[in-house]
Amino acid sequence: MYQTTYHRASSVDEAASLFGKSSEAKFLSGGQTLLPVMKQRLASPSDVIDLGKIKELIGVEAAGDTLTIKAATPHHDVATSEAAKKAIPALAYLASLIGDPAVRYRGTIGGSIANNDPAADYPAALLALGATVKTNKRSIAAEDFFKGLFTTALEDGEIITAVSFPVPAKAGYAKMRHPASRFALTAVFVAQTKSGEIRVAATGASQSGVMRVGAIEAALKANWSPSALDSVSIPASGLLADIHGAAEYRANLVKVMAQRAVASAS
Amino acid sequence: MGVEGIGARVVRKEDKRFITGKGRYVDDIKLVGMTHAHFIRSPHAHAKVKKIDSSAALKMPGVVAVLTGQQLVDDKVGNLICGWAITSKDGSPMKMGAWPAMAPETVRFVGQAVAVVIADSKNLARDAAEAVVVDYEELPAVADVHAAIKSGAPQLHPEAPGNQVYDWVIGDEGATDAAFAKAANVVKLDVTNNRLAPNAMEPRAAIADYDAAEEHFTLYTTSQNPHVARLVLSAFYNIAPEHKLRVIAPDVGGGFGSKIFIYPEEMVALWASKKVGRPVKWTGDRTEAFLTDAHGRDHVTHAEMAFDANNRITGLKVKTYANFGAYMSLFSSSVPTYLYATLLSGQYNIPAIHAEVIGVYTNTTPVDAYRGAGRPEASYLIERLMETAARQLKVDPAQLRRTNFITQFPHQTPVIMAYDTGDFNASLDAAMKAIDYAGFPARKAKAKADGKLRGIGVSCYIEACGIAPSKAVGSLGAGVGLWESAEVRVNPVGTIEILTGSHSHGQGHETTFCQLVADRLGIPISQVSIVHGDTDKVQFGMGTYGSRSAAVGLTAILKAMEKMESKAKKIAAHALEASEADIVIENGEFKVTGTDKAIALPMVALAAYTAHNLPDGMEPGLKESAFYDPTNFTFPAGTYICELEVDPGTGKTSFVNFVAADDFGRLINPMIVEGQVHGGLVQGIGQALLEHAVYDANGQPVTASFMDYAMPRADDVPSFNLSHTTTLCPGNPLGIKGCGEAGAIGASAAVINAITDAIGKNNLEMPATPDRVWRTIHAA
Repeated sequence: MYQTTYHRASSVDEAASLFGKSSEAKFLSGGQTLLPVMKQRLASPSDVIDLGKIKELIGVEAAGDTLTIKAATPHHDVATSEAAKKAIPALAYLASLIGDPAVRYRGTIGGSIANNDPAADYPAALLALGATVKTNKRSIAAEDFFKGLFTTALEDGEIITAVSFPVPAKAGYAKMRHPASRFALTAVFVAQTKSGEIRVAATGASQSGVMRVGAIEAALKANWSPSALDSVSIPASGLLADIHGAAEYRANLVKVMAQRAVASAS
Repeated sequence: MGVEGIGARVVRKEDKRFITGKGRYVDDIKLVGMTHAHFIRSPHAHAKVKKIDSSAALKMPGVVAVLTGQQLVDDKVGNLICGWAITSKDGSPMKMGAWPAMAPETVRFVGQAVAVVIADSKNLARDAAEAVVVDYEELPAVADVHAAIKSGAPQLHPEAPGNQVYDWVIGDEGATDAAFAKAANVVKLDVTNNRLAPNAMEPRAAIADYDAAEEHFTLYTTSQNPHVARLVLSAFYNIAPEHKLRVIAPDVGGGFGSKIFIYPEEMVALWASKKVGRPVKWTGDRTEAFLTDAHGRDHVTHAEMAFDANNRITGLKVKTYANFGAYMSLFSSSVPTYLYATLLSGQYNIPAIHAEVIGVYTNTTPVDAYRGAGRPEASYLIERLMETAARQLKVDPAQLRRTNFITQFPHQTPVIMAYDTGDFNASLDAAMKAIDYAGFPARKAKAKADGKLRGIGVSCYIEACGIAPSKAVGSLGAGVGLWESAEVRVNPVGTIEILTGSHSHGQGHETTFCQLVADRLGIPISQVSIVHGDTDKVQFGMGTYGSRSAAVGLTAILKAMEKMESKAKKIAAHALEASEADIVIENGEFKVTGTDKAIALPMVALAAYTAHNLPDGMEPGLKESAFYDPTNFTFPAGTYICELEVDPGTGKTSFVNFVAADDFGRLINPMIVEGQVHGGLVQGIGQALLEHAVYDANGQPVTASFMDYAMPRADDVPSFNLSHTTTLCPGNPLGIKGCGEAGAIGASAAVINAITDAIGKNNLEMPATPDRVWRTIHAA
């Protein structure tokens, strides 16, 4: 690791102010990607501003038809949150599958979506549930937030404060874990909103990052059941391929994981 | 056996320090004035080193020196050696390409060092390394064995035309051809044994400390065999004579073979410590471990097995290409030859065997012994063949094995090994009973109704352990003898120190070796300590690998104990005014049998050291040593049966049951044996399902981190159902066969046989990733 200056911010305003004063600052929110990258000397921020101890950024709250997860809430807290398990059990289940226990105690939802790894779990939930990303400057619909591999709508220095999820009528998540990294080799989040809209998002599959899967949405709209997808074929073009999964395999997984997500949806 | 004697499940003495974080590993050691080394490594698989410009780096803070491969040449430091000479079928010696510790001219794999920065801290060394400019001229590279032997392939070493190290044969080709000519059935199989990265928990590390006044070096290093390290460093590298080099291997966090070998980094650290006049520390990181720890396996094999009309095996033909990587590591040459092809008879009576092994250089990390070393490759091949044969001949796979089991011992195979004892039916019976083999069809049918493909796979392995009778291995080309030494020191107050040439890096010697002493003397193991891993303390010994520490190392301790006991009995008889023949040792006392006369061990020890009243002519002291050379290999064997389910939608494998019935001869500590089997099975399952060190066609490693290289985790493996059947090894007085590698040798075939049974298709390579299994299920 190169030398860096560590700051522990006590408020979002202080964090934003520290960012403005630094030459090449990075926000730290769990550090489950940033710190390994820094250790490998692939990133060299002049300053690291830790958001993880800011009280206003931690917590899970359900109010009416909305579940709000504050940005620096660790995955473990979401996985075990009674509010999350009651409002959107598929979301709590998703959090319980992220990485391994050490990652889940440190990694946060804000860190995860800001990084927007193409195989991360949370982006699928945000996109399928039609969540809204709250920042210290504005609100951004999930649709507009994810902009491709490791790219988001966040501006320089903008801080995610929370993600609010509309509580769906039904939702399910099914994940094929990458055998080495335990990211999603491919995972699919399916949701049926209270207004009857069907939204399906796949992560770990596309070369462009998290994606909606129109063919599956259409089939489920006609018939919300795993068997409705039997005749759906997902094209392999544009999908990721590596030693752990060819594009054709991932295309199959998009369908199979969607079927299992529907089967498990509640 | 006593509560702490042979056969007792004694809790490991060493775990207190390991569990409480008090282990003392090389990286925990800090010397005054210590500098830190950081190696500059090639990013190219094959390139000329045109120029190394370290001028900017030398001006950076804390930089002590930047040393290059050319300086090694200038100082006449020797190249790395391969210690086992293999002769090709045409009578020519194996073709050795020179391997300098840092490359002065040509790099041949990604990660090969070209220079080293020595600085005041690890970070400063790393900073400066980034400022060293190495000018490479890239050369075409080749990573795959088949590509490497094609005409026109990039050539690695001028000494080895066609990238061929050797073309070696074993067995009787004429007899084998004759058997195939008469065969009722022939079964053919192509298999790849996937390349693995060893990944010991503790990365390799070294600290070299040169004392200019004494002209003496001390090397702390992560070694499984510190004496062998000292011997090789002294005899071949021109760094220091043996009496001026002390090698210490303190606590070592796992080896699995990868820490047998002498690597460039510890050589360079020694040489550099003299050059800079300060201690030099190098601790590898995980990336360096992936790039530079000797890999394992990497065979491509075609095999054919001939059967008569009664399903008896009449012949076996094997042709294997072994990928050695870019250089021949210390024992690499022996792995796909004498540690592999000599086990090709498996547990079966095979009258004629012929095997050819072609060793090949590629632009990849060198390959050498990794847990099992050759024997997993042999066992996997034979057990895949047997399963394939059972399917082709339409007979039950367990029955086909039973039909062909060797049942008379000793048994001379056509490939050198003479099996001393065993009961292969007993272990097969035990495993079949444990897994309810007879009930499998009903379970398979039920699983099918649930949409799952269930399979069962048998693997009957045999290995040659207790490595090894020195004369025999010498006749086969080994550069060393493979005996072991031990010393028993009884202190004047009766406590005991056992000094052993074996080295524990996870095996639990500090407990099991004490159990032998406790068993013989009837004293608690707390009265005994084990000293190992320091060439200044312990006489020359050969170290730990090849499941040899109990069969060979512990037998050496037994031999030294017998000498010590003999002298102690003389002292006791003298003190008790009895006949030496009447003295028995019980509960820490020397007793006159049939009487109540006794003298306690501490009093015997004190008498030995005060020497006030010893028998006439007896030397004072109570300390004996022994060198034990085994008369044969040992032959642990057993049956593993795996039952699993495959999810046809994802290709994912889930274990239902995994049973192991092993015959290790006598067990010293069954709890530790079970731990060894568990670890070995996980490595075997890891090879079968997860692990694969992959290179792209240009020799770039694809799996150089745990993000890509899948190590087995606890939830990837089942709970194991272990049992033991026992035939005592006749080759050593304790009847021990060894247990350290069995799991890794036998497990992978059981897993692949079960998956191929589940999916009804036989062609499946390791690792059987969900992707591969899914594609195989859905292949036309």
